Amino acid sequence: MNVTVRVWRQEDAGSAGRFETHQLDDISADMSFLEMLDVLNERLIEAGREPVAFDSDCREGICGTCGLMINGQAHGPAEATATCQLHMRKFSEGDTITIEPWRAAAFPIMRDLIVDRSPLDAVIEAGGFISADTGGAPDANLIPVPKTVSDAAMDAAACIGCGACVAACPNSAGQLFTSAKLAHLNLVPQGQAQRWERTIDMVETMEAFFGSCTNYGECEKACPKGISIDFIAYMNRDFVKAKMKNRKLIGQKFP
Amino acid sequence: MTATQEASHQASKTPTTESPNGRLGGASPVKGVTPNIEVAPVQRRPRNPAPWPLDLYQSAVGKKWVMALSGVGLMGFVFAHMVGNLKMFIPDDGKEFDDYSESLRTLLYPILPNTTFLWIMRIGLICLFAIHLHSAYSLTILNRRARPQQYSQRDYIAASWAARTMRFSGILVIAYLFIHLANLTWGVQALDDHRFVDGRAFHNTVTSLSQPWLAAIYIIRNLALAVHLFHGAWSLFQSLGVNNPRLNPWRKGFAYGFTAIVCGFNISFPILILAGVVTQVPR
Repeated sequence: MNVTVRVWRQEDAGSAGRFETHQLDDISADMSFLEMLDVLNERLIEAGREPVAFDSDCREGICGTCGLMINGQAHGPAEATATCQLHMRKFSEGDTITIEPWRAAAFPIMRDLIVDRSPLDAVIEAGGFISADTGGAPDANLIPVPKTVSDAAMDAAACIGCGACVAACPNSAGQLFTSAKLAHLNLVPQGQAQRWERTIDMVETMEAFFGSCTNYGECEKACPKGISIDFIAYMNRDFVKAKMKNRKLIGQKFP
Repeated sequence: MTATQEASHQASKTPTTESPNGRLGGASPVKGVTPNIEVAPVQRRPRNPAPWPLDLYQSAVGKKWVMALSGVGLMGFVFAHMVGNLKMFIPDDGKEFDDYSESLRTLLYPILPNTTFLWIMRIGLICLFAIHLHSAYSLTILNRRARPQQYSQRDYIAASWAARTMRFSGILVIAYLFIHLANLTWGVQALDDHRFVDGRAFHNTVTSLSQPWLAAIYIIRNLALAVHLFHGAWSLFQSLGVNNPRLNPWRKGFAYGFTAIVCGFNISFPILILAGVVTQVPR
């Protein structure tokens, strides 16, 4: 198939960017989107020009390294799909495909389509640790976790940290990412001891870099792992509770 | 990425400092720790957190929480206002309607001086509006800073038109509110063809809204309110953290039902007055 690619080119964070248009002939419909970009780059190199810089690693949708704004949608038109798992068959013959990097103050552009996503790491770091016993390996299932709870925590833990939620949000809010990283610890018994401290630290670190949530729901639709905005509500609730709690009393189990 | 990163211990020992390039180093305000990254924050965190509950309002999540709570208060007001106005449907030449509007002035009267409770409610409403507006304004500023460059092309999948126009519908509602107050509370004579009489609420309402241009303003204003409520009455559940799989299917239903009831009846008032269904007995 033949497509036209409008791709964002930018030298570095400081310089102004621009769109560059390339005509790509003989693209296989079975190629992944990134393979199509590989072909573009091969042809650019053959022509003695600078290839388009983009991030990718596992190319099987689990690492969260790739991520492009394709035709105004984060990770492109396919639902719950990372850019690397998007195939050219989702496009039609003769399409013009606009490719932009994630745009957010938190994600400065390093080159072309590559952005610096280190604020996401800062949010995770702010989450700190969980209390885990050291010493001999504990018995399996020593701590009973209801199936519904472990499933919900697992749904949150599916987050691969690609940043599509931030990219898709008109406010560049990091709520879906932060709430997922928070929920997979806060929902399970093992994460309770640091729950309130962790909530405050992660939310306030998030707020230093990202916008605020207006409940558009764009993030949920952009998420390659289909993480629900329910987790944002859980985070909001935990944050307000954390601000209210008398932490001296949280060790009390008896009512 | 894992949540239990050893690196956090090294990174968190550096004290908050202004880096030489003028960027604010501190991102995690509570402990005064700084993540070891190059990206500049969009928001300065307060060095000294305010005492509770003001510390809640210093955060964006807290501001949304306050916005939702004040929204609930304002929703209670628009609902009560609509229910009170239903009295104009009683065909008694506005006697019940006038009694109701007079009762608002004498609410809790022998206990408090006349109109005192009315003023308490008015001041409460003004505070709700102020806090709702301020939280919206400061979050909008933050959101603009967080997205300095827009996409050249954007395809919204989930964000409704109502959600994306909240600030415009909100401003419209506020602007029209002043016309409404000038017309039926302050009694600006020009708006009512010089027929406003203090204390005769039914007469004033009917004479005002039988002017098509003013009725049109009321209808447009209620459409703006409907757009605002359409998103707001759902969104508040998320902001307050009210999320339960059993209740979630009802949240949007509540918002749509609430919007339909409040704005549907509100719009019916000018239409039925214009149509002559709600009218005064000629004297």
